[in-house]
Amino acid sequence: MARFAFDDDGVVVIVGSGAGGGTMAHELTRRGIKVVLLEAGRRESVASFSQQPGVAYGQLTWLEPRSSSGDWSVARTTPSAPAWLARTVGGTTTHWGAVTPRMLDWELRARTVYGELAGTSLVDWPIAYQELAKYYDLAEKRLFVTRRHGIPGLPASNNFKVMYAGAKKLGYQRAHTGYLAINSQPQDGRAACIQQGFCVQGCKTAAKWSTLYTEIPRAEATGKLDLRIESMATRIEHGANGRVNAVVYRDASGQEQRQKARAVCVAGNAYETTRLLLLSQSGKFPRGLANSSDQLGRHYCHHVLGFAVGVMDQPVRMWRGTSQAGLIEDEVRNDPKRGFVGGYWLEMVNFDPTAVALAALPYGWGRDFAGVMGNFSNMAALMMVGEDLPRADNRISLSSTRDAHGLPVAHAHVDEHANDVAMRRHGQEQAKRVLEAAGARRVLLSVGSPNATHNMGTARMSRDPALGVTNPYGQSHDVPNLFISDGSVFSTPAAANPTLTIVALALRQAEYIAAQMVARAI
Amino acid sequence: MSACESAERRVFLKTTGVLTGVLALGSPLALLAPSRSWALDLTALTSEQGRVLLAAARTLLPHDRLEDVAYAAVVNSADQDAARDAELKKSLTEGIAALGKGFADADEPTRIAALGKLEPTPFFQQLRVRSIQVLYATPLAHALLGYEGEAFSKGGYLARGFNDLRWLPEVPLVDAGPVPGAGS
Repeated sequence: MARFAFDDDGVVVIVGSGAGGGTMAHELTRRGIKVVLLEAGRRESVASFSQQPGVAYGQLTWLEPRSSSGDWSVARTTPSAPAWLARTVGGTTTHWGAVTPRMLDWELRARTVYGELAGTSLVDWPIAYQELAKYYDLAEKRLFVTRRHGIPGLPASNNFKVMYAGAKKLGYQRAHTGYLAINSQPQDGRAACIQQGFCVQGCKTAAKWSTLYTEIPRAEATGKLDLRIESMATRIEHGANGRVNAVVYRDASGQEQRQKARAVCVAGNAYETTRLLLLSQSGKFPRGLANSSDQLGRHYCHHVLGFAVGVMDQPVRMWRGTSQAGLIEDEVRNDPKRGFVGGYWLEMVNFDPTAVALAALPYGWGRDFAGVMGNFSNMAALMMVGEDLPRADNRISLSSTRDAHGLPVAHAHVDEHANDVAMRRHGQEQAKRVLEAAGARRVLLSVGSPNATHNMGTARMSRDPALGVTNPYGQSHDVPNLFISDGSVFSTPAAANPTLTIVALALRQAEYIAAQMVARAI
Repeated sequence: MSACESAERRVFLKTTGVLTGVLALGSPLALLAPSRSWALDLTALTSEQGRVLLAAARTLLPHDRLEDVAYAAVVNSADQDAARDAELKKSLTEGIAALGKGFADADEPTRIAALGKLEPTPFFQQLRVRSIQVLYATPLAHALLGYEGEAFSKGGYLARGFNDLRWLPEVPLVDAGPVPGAGS
């Protein structure tokens, strides 16, 4: 692994090593570009991943508090943990379910397709689907996504059989084991999935794609990557010319360090990306770096989630097998006759006893709650993931709560739009019907507490600099050598789980950055 | 399991109380333990406070076939945290007092009523989350629920029943995929 000097101003500094940052590190280094990759967390491995859910959660999760407000359930149930984010090398690609559907053509034209909707700040993406599709192809091949490019699907687990039987009875046409970045066969030097379940605790066979053991080691092998763990970026600095020139961070010992930079890519997930840019306010950028438009942190989207747990008459043993290998595509369409715009995916999901009790079942205690838990072996579960609508006042901002270094933490405010509420009601009802059609004697619905894991929109791409933070390449409208390389740049969230799109955009952005560097534009 | 401390360890702990019980005859733990009686040393809570918390945990998550020693794990977790966190100790002490005298020995409706009154408090909410996190992670609860836990050490569930459900139709290959190593 390379080690670059603090005053080496030829390096690109990337903040965050997840889907966006980790991919970017590989893409830049393989083109010969020197990269310093700052990761706030430690480096785990397939060997060190714990198989005790409680321990694994602590190993991978960003545990420092945040704060939240608004009428979303999170502000009541887990106000100091509005989002479930990772703080470890590989970021959320360590704990994700690896569900990798594409956004659909019409979803990228949300403002046009949905029309003017009161209380929203909808825009169209500044990228056409045909353009994005080229990078979806590359990303799917990079991640070895199942059911794409000739790669077989994952086999049907018990939990999936329940979803599938119900889906077919309801007349759904497109139900299958999903588009997953999990090896259905040995490839990429990684094993095939052995159906162990514990995807969320970190995949101990590396069958599930994570930058931790794919992009990052490959970047290290180029000799161009300087990965600095336990290095928490606190400020991005700029020169008199308005271009960024250094990133200040705290190292493992709490010491402040300053790494000079030719360009900076921020990929800390919408929460930390927004926070870092706001913390980097200056005389020239009084509202925060890259925020002359006052759009930074606004339009925060987190998807409409809802869980449905079915109690069947016979054992399912849902914990056996890949955590999320099941998908129904039929509801991903814009049909305002359903009472809302936009679409949602129905996804199979597995839980261990603690997780189902805390996250998937409706809040409860006493005889009824314990009685439901007593049926754990007979449970099957589904979740819905749908498009929420951007609103200018749903935003990430700086909190009055401070972290261990005395810096304000991220605050998330969300008031749900009536469309989100109507979509959740519909999605939960459909999930319930699927489980009942498969024979469930009881179905329990919950909002999908405690927290959001998909975070988007806070530095959105726009052609018009007044409407967003970044241009169609994720490049700051204000600062040409500052890039956002995570889900913050999504112009609208669409319904798809975001990681594949984050990777596709990172592949595209890396090409652009390399060309800009060759052209000496940055 | 952690709730059953050895005699030597008890000597070194400055204890504030002790929680005791007897394993059921058919308990899976009874096969392994040297004796059927168990004891949990408390280092922040009193014996009576421990009994109240155990009864509260059982009232929150009542599984009649689950032995007290499983619920004692919840008490152990709260006690250990309280030994390090004065604020938590205060919250537990106040919450336990608010449950009223005789809570531990009261009948279930009385316990439900007493707990229900505290439902809006942080004491209740934290105890509910802690009870779920700790109780449902115990081997005894796993045995009760039929949960088999991690499978990496055994080669995953690939050859251990991930697709053994037979009471619904099989899924056509076109909507699923081949089982690795099974031909097809």
